[in-house]
Amino acid sequence: MDTNVLFIELFLAQYLPIITILVLASFLGMEIIGKVPTVLHTPLMSGANAISGVVVIGAIILIRNAAADDYLTLGMGFLGICLAMINVVGGFAVTNRMLDMFKKKNK
Amino acid sequence: MNNTIDFLYLASIIVFVFGLKGLAHPETARRGNLIAAGAMGAAILISIFAPMENGDNNYLWILGGMVVGSVIGLISAKKVAMTKMPEMVSLFNGLGGACAMLIGIVEFKNLDPITPMMSGAVFANLFALFIGSVSFTGSIIAWGKLNGSLRDTLKLPAPQVINLVTLLLIIGGSAWTMMQPELDMTLVFALLALSLFYGVAFVSPIGGGDMPVVISLLNSFTGIGATGAGLIYGNNVMIIGGILVGASGIILTVMMCKAMNRSLINVIIGGLGSGG
Repeated sequence: MDTNVLFIELFLAQYLPIITILVLASFLGMEIIGKVPTVLHTPLMSGANAISGVVVIGAIILIRNAAADDYLTLGMGFLGICLAMINVVGGFAVTNRMLDMFKKKNK
Repeated sequence: MNNTIDFLYLASIIVFVFGLKGLAHPETARRGNLIAAGAMGAAILISIFAPMENGDNNYLWILGGMVVGSVIGLISAKKVAMTKMPEMVSLFNGLGGACAMLIGIVEFKNLDPITPMMSGAVFANLFALFIGSVSFTGSIIAWGKLNGSLRDTLKLPAPQVINLVTLLLIIGGSAWTMMQPELDMTLVFALLALSLFYGVAFVSPIGGGDMPVVISLLNSFTGIGATGAGLIYGNNVMIIGGILVGASGIILTVMMCKAMNRSLINVIIGGLGSGG
């Protein structure tokens, strides 16, 4: 019984701050976009998709943490950075093109 | 020094929020996109130059990956026809999911043997592996359906049952993995295979016309996958940036359904019904 209580207390002490951040950031994400006009649905989806490429940072940390001769980790990290950077750069560029078209239409 | 880094990450998170907010309004959408791109560039630079205790940095590998990925991304974004945009977004999204999946695999391989299996670290790792894989194969299927190469031919018998059983196997298998005394890579690879299959099974029965909604949903998944990968490293910009996309993506998905006079459940289950 005592060890169980201790385990739960330790877990909460370690993860409650991060759970708090996750809950609040979720509300922020839901509130932030508010009422989006239908024409903006696809560009917003595309822009948000580019932001989700933030996962590239994980691949960067993965490679930086690796030993210089750990070729499996380096190779997988390299592939991860390539894929995520296609998502980031391609995503922002495609969104920009969509919004360019949108601007011309409005004129 | 760590405080400085965390502060810089916080600054880039704030810029991300302004970028996303801008993207949601017609007058500011273009600027919002550029602001978000700037925040991404800053966050990447911070992660490259933040001081680290161990590891060999391996900057050449990082630089190589960034150059190759950026060039491919830029060329494909420039070349794609305007009418092919949604499928391009889907493909990009799948690649982001694949990155979360790769991180999940490699971090299991590099897992410190003293890490207890019943821990937040292992949970975050399993989570990133699962969501990343589903987002990867799901987006590839959505991409194939939109560009016509899959054309609804991929139909599984009794998709509702297959989906539910697969999902239960993944949840049960993850719990089982965490209850083992030590890491069992066979279980990890089995979970990887099941997750990859779940992405296929989830999207396959849904009709091509509903794909934009599905892509938006998968996009939200990739954001949540980035959060999972962020939890592995305790990296705030990944955790918050990912959950921002995850949460706003869900809301956007619901709004897209409403614009089509459908409900999200209707798109997913209705699609399943017509597929069986």
